[in-house]
Amino acid sequence: MIKYLIKRLLMLPVILLFLSMLIFSLVMFLSPYERLAVFIPNADAVGSSIPFDELVSKYGLDKPFYVQYWDWVQRVANGNLGWSPSARMPVADALKRYFPATVELMLVGGLIVFLGGIYLGTKSARNHNKFFDQASRVATTIGVSLPEFIFGLLLLVLFYGILGILPPGQMSAWAEDVVYLGSFHHYTGFLLLDSLLNGELYIFWDVLKHLILPALAYSIGLLSVMQRIVRSSLLETLKKDFVTTARAKGLAESVVIKKHARRNSLLPVVTISGSMVAKMLGGAAIVETVFNYHGMGMFIVVAAQGLDFPAILGSSLLIGVIIVVTNLVVDILYTILDPTVTLE
Amino acid sequence: MEKLKQFFKNPLGVTGFILILFWLMVALFAPVIAPSHSNNSPYMIERIGFSSLPVPPSEDAPFGLTSGGYNIFYGIVWGSRTAFRVGLIVVSTTLVIGVILGGVGSFIGGALDNIIMRITDLVMSFPFLIAVIIMSIVLGKGIDKLIIALILFGWRNYARVMRSEVLSIKERDFVSAAYSLGMNRIRIFLVHIVPNSIFSVFVLASLDIGTMVLISASLSFIGVGAEPGYADWGQMINFSRNWLLGTIDNPMTYWYTYLYPSIAIFSFVMGWTLMGDTLRDVLDPKMVKR
Repeated sequence: MIKYLIKRLLMLPVILLFLSMLIFSLVMFLSPYERLAVFIPNADAVGSSIPFDELVSKYGLDKPFYVQYWDWVQRVANGNLGWSPSARMPVADALKRYFPATVELMLVGGLIVFLGGIYLGTKSARNHNKFFDQASRVATTIGVSLPEFIFGLLLLVLFYGILGILPPGQMSAWAEDVVYLGSFHHYTGFLLLDSLLNGELYIFWDVLKHLILPALAYSIGLLSVMQRIVRSSLLETLKKDFVTTARAKGLAESVVIKKHARRNSLLPVVTISGSMVAKMLGGAAIVETVFNYHGMGMFIVVAAQGLDFPAILGSSLLIGVIIVVTNLVVDILYTILDPTVTLE
Repeated sequence: MEKLKQFFKNPLGVTGFILILFWLMVALFAPVIAPSHSNNSPYMIERIGFSSLPVPPSEDAPFGLTSGGYNIFYGIVWGSRTAFRVGLIVVSTTLVIGVILGGVGSFIGGALDNIIMRITDLVMSFPFLIAVIIMSIVLGKGIDKLIIALILFGWRNYARVMRSEVLSIKERDFVSAAYSLGMNRIRIFLVHIVPNSIFSVFVLASLDIGTMVLISASLSFIGVGAEPGYADWGQMINFSRNWLLGTIDNPMTYWYTYLYPSIAIFSFVMGWTLMGDTLRDVLDPKMVKR
């Protein structure tokens, strides 16, 4: 087990190396001048006075791929991810600032997906082919087919436009005034946690209110997927002999389902949770843009629109680390939950 | 034939089929339903005036005009062609790539299989949506470039599914029998392995057409997909973003700018989802009893 862990962790840098090479080579599709232009604000206004050729050779933008890549790797190894023109700050600082917001969104969304999916899936399987099961079948089909941005916009129209209760953005203007004041300590970078640690319950409530809609918007599709997986896996388990035994012992149906069948049918949930995290990271890009929520997803979209490659490379690395670590955790969880699986 | 009958007995499957058929008709008869009046490419949304405010539905434009004078009805009708083009091209190409990579890799096995699977893992270890965003930015604006970006990263699921299918099929007795009869490997692969392992790939493909259209709409929505004015449903919702909240007195003032394109995307994707789900139920022998 330990040996396996060490082996997997040693693979992490290798995967990151290949991943960064992949993304870096995508960037190299652009000409040196295009890559340079990003760093020159108002290039149109300043016009011909810019010594483009000099700058290109000064920053080595015309060197061969491997030279530029190696330079970049060396800089990253020294902790320098570069400057992000679109965020107007170093990439590392921007990630430190935007990433926690996305994590909060993913945690709230993940809570909805996992708890909601397991609860609804169980209920569907218990009422197999009855009304609840049929209704949730229709609902999950809708959920899978509804794009996040359309659902998000609908939520926005309903809860902000018509009801006026849940606003877009990350927090209200007054909360922003408090949060960026010197007396507010950013212990963790996570706004929900920080506001509690600072004893500012109003801010906690305000931030949570802004979180609900985006979290809902991007959990709807995954919730539907989760519901279906739990349902079919539980239905499969309910046919097994040990469930019949449990029933024959005279156990209450709820005990049979919760203690015996469901626990044994949650393995597919663990299997899929790795790809769920990847999907949530992708979904964050869309949902954060819809709700104007300043997290990493929106940071990537803005960076991509502005051809801000240091930012894209930096956030890709971070995403790569997250995905690789998540997959590792999933594999380990798997051995804990299912004794027949051994890692080698 | 039996399977086909089963498919059409399922009300959800039939609903999906009708939805797809509807959009197929709209796409085929687009020049009749919404004739183009200008000399530009018919795929550029027709503009009636250049008003920056949306204009409510009228006789000329039954679904109204979104900001910039774009005719919503026209955009939706011609956008159906874009949706089919993106879905069908991307899925058919990725399917072929995935089937070849996954199928040949696992059939031959050894180092080739290992290399292909490591590459698949690498592509899999990155969120699809973000990969496509980066790629389409690098390639530039336009639906054709978006299609290329989707293809570059979209084959991975097919490779995986095909691989696991082939791995189990190639151990079956009829394959050994074919070997002992002296059939050559290429023929065994094409005649015995592929036809027996392709069904799960088709199910995935049917679901994937919806997903790909959904993703391309999302990308156009955040402004990295189709070029401005191109008939694309996602872009039409992007146009409507500023009008979402209406006026202070009436938040629903501009409902037509987002409602119609939303319904278009939703019904199109749902059609493919329903078809794919039903196909899976029909083709998966484990599910028959339910």
